[in-house]
Amino acid sequence: MTAATQQPPANRRLIFRLVLAVFAMFGFGFALVPLYDVFCDITGLNGKTGVTDSRTVEATPIDKDRWVTVEFTGNAASGLPWEFRPTVAKMEVQPGALTRATYIARNTSNRTVVGRAIPSVTPGEAAAHFKKTECFCFTEQYLDAGETKEMTVQFVVEPDIPRSVNTITLSYAFFNTEKFVKQKKITAKQQDTKLEKTHPGKKS
Amino acid sequence: MATADAAHHDEHHAHPTGILRWITTTNHKDIGTLYLLFSLTMFMVGGLMALVIRAELFQPGLQVVDPHFFNQMTTMHALVMIFGAVMPGFVGFANWMLPMMIGAPDMALPRLNNWSFWILPFAFTMLLSSLLTAGGGPASGWTLYAPLSIQGGMSVDMTIFAIHMMGVSSILGAINVIVTIFNMRAPGMTLLKMPLFVWTWLITAFLLIAVMPVLAGVVTMLLTDRHFDTAFFNPAGGGDPVMFQHIFWFFGHPEVYILILPAFGIISEIIPTFSRKPLFGYTTMVLATAGIAFLSFIVWAHHMFTVGMPLAGELFFMYSTMLIAVPTGVKVFNWVSTMWRGSLTFETPMLFAIAVVFLFTIGGFSGLMLAITPADFQYHDTYFVVAHFHYVLFSGSIMAMMGGAYYWLPKWTGHMYDEKLGKTHFWLNTIFFNITFFPQHFLGLAGMPRRIPDYALQFTEFNVISSIGAFGLGLSQLLFVYVVIKCVRGGEKASDEVWEQPRGLEWTVPSPAPYHTFETPPRVA
Ligand code: HEM
Ligand SMILES: [Cu+2]
Repeated sequence: MTAATQQPPANRRLIFRLVLAVFAMFGFGFALVPLYDVFCDITGLNGKTGVTDSRTVEATPIDKDRWVTVEFTGNAASGLPWEFRPTVAKMEVQPGALTRATYIARNTSNRTVVGRAIPSVTPGEAAAHFKKTECFCFTEQYLDAGETKEMTVQFVVEPDIPRSVNTITLSYAFFNTEKFVKQKKITAKQQDTKLEKTHPGKKS
Repeated sequence: MATADAAHHDEHHAHPTGILRWITTTNHKDIGTLYLLFSLTMFMVGGLMALVIRAELFQPGLQVVDPHFFNQMTTMHALVMIFGAVMPGFVGFANWMLPMMIGAPDMALPRLNNWSFWILPFAFTMLLSSLLTAGGGPASGWTLYAPLSIQGGMSVDMTIFAIHMMGVSSILGAINVIVTIFNMRAPGMTLLKMPLFVWTWLITAFLLIAVMPVLAGVVTMLLTDRHFDTAFFNPAGGGDPVMFQHIFWFFGHPEVYILILPAFGIISEIIPTFSRKPLFGYTTMVLATAGIAFLSFIVWAHHMFTVGMPLAGELFFMYSTMLIAVPTGVKVFNWVSTMWRGSLTFETPMLFAIAVVFLFTIGGFSGLMLAITPADFQYHDTYFVVAHFHYVLFSGSIMAMMGGAYYWLPKWTGHMYDEKLGKTHFWLNTIFFNITFFPQHFLGLAGMPRRIPDYALQFTEFNVISSIGAFGLGLSQLLFVYVVIKCVRGGEKASDEVWEQPRGLEWTVPSPAPYHTFETPPRVA
């Protein structure tokens, strides 16, 4: 920029710093994204649930004196042609006991569809004490045209959950994730074509 | 001296005339005029949109426009008023007044200044023409919340690009202001001698540099979520729509102070002049402004109390928000103390200034009510919020600009405006403003939601009153335009001082202010 080079040095220095600040703040906006995730992870905010393994669960004693109600809900987001609902609406569980619950999903369309379930736990303060050893939400789920599938979640309510919490709601929103797994499929396809190229004779 | 030089200077340079003069100009007064005219135009365009909204809400049921168009109007009205009327309006005042107030010959970066302005007409052509695309303009509200904005049509992309352009324009403007204030002050004009309007603009410019890039970032994320399969705000890909709100309001709350601090500056100039006393508590005014700017970064989540934050978060944002009321209160106290035992006269600028102090305070109080978290669960997204931000934005920012326009018009044009018509405009404006927006408090408290084209029957009376007020308010602005045009065309010759012993360097140059002022810097005692 000619205008900038004609500037007295004091101006140039200041302009340089200010432009730097502008870029830094643009970057800061993007840095907020990982910061947000880390913050939610540490604090268990945002209804994000944790993961544990069955060995840890076996090692924790069960609180025999206490019952907590766990309610289940779920919905398929628009764009996912599935029916999706919990098998039972609620359960009584004892803190520390590993519990199994199921959902039913059915693909109502005439093609294979891939989806991903995003869990959320309310109240927020319960989320940090609600852990899963196994869940259909850990991976993508594929349903063929018309297929029905039972999906399992195994969870434990940790004994140190605050006394004030008597009811926990576990909710899943099932999203269509075709556009996010497309990338993987394409690479798989490319490998197929590569194979075809190296063994041209096999196909005929 | 300075003026003789300026006249001399003028003879030697052949200025392009006609439209080319305005396109190529690097003169701060020309650019200031362009900004102010642009702002006035956008004010009228945005006002027409508001009248569409109020026409629809005149009666319950759906009469005038279909709901989708109604949503486009609420979205566009806000975008046009915030980014088209208020922000460029203040930049116009900055261009005209900052160099004259600190004794500088021009802004520090005149060519950049020309660019900052000329980006704007393109940005707004883009924004407004999005209304003509298939599916209409953006309809997600000015806050562009994901996931709704991710689903919108091509108009959302045009809005995003327009926001990028406006952002570049304001950032360039802010850089210019900071460099001018830091490096171009006349000898003797120490920081703590600067008029308050200069101070408030300096702090506003820093706010702009801090948060406009964040807005640019968040709308860029929207754009990539829409077209490049990223998932910043899409839970299906691991993102979170609530995060949009956090980043948006990290920009959004400092933004509302960008919209009000220069207004504080303008009335801090007007009130001392018509009280014939220096501003009470100058240093505390500066500190209060800086304090408000600092606090504005830690209160953003008061716009999202209802998203399901933990108790600790709700409490933090509630108390930090209430804390902002303290420096704001200091300012109100200082303005009132400036008037206390002054020899007051009530010319049009003073009427506007007093009305701003009074009505802005009402807006501050409704803000405090909204800051009370449990109460906000009731008021959030109701007409109470609409009443709140119109008391701070219309009777704060816009009316301060009107007062400022009357205050400096004689300096800009060399003519006195028509005092009688000015006062008439003031009273029409202020009465209709209150008729329009005061009933909206009651509507909100009774539970009428905002951004909905229909309402339950029990809200009818207040809506009728509000709509009548809105049409009166809109019409009374035509009088303002008339007074301005009349003043530009002619009128009683203004003296150099214009008012009775006003403070400030701008009153030491002739009226109208010559094309070049302070080519040799004045000495400030
Ligand atoms: C004492 C100072 C203030 C306080 C305590 C305050 C508080 C609040 C709160 C809590 C809300 C959120 C309400 C809700 O959505 O439920 C709000 C909204 C708003 N405030 Fe203020 N406010 C103050 C001053 C201002 C000023 C000076 C401006 C602008 C000049 C302003 C402009 C706005 C706007 C535009 C909104 C609505 C944003 C939207 O949702 O579209 N406020 N205010
Ligand atoms: Cu705010």
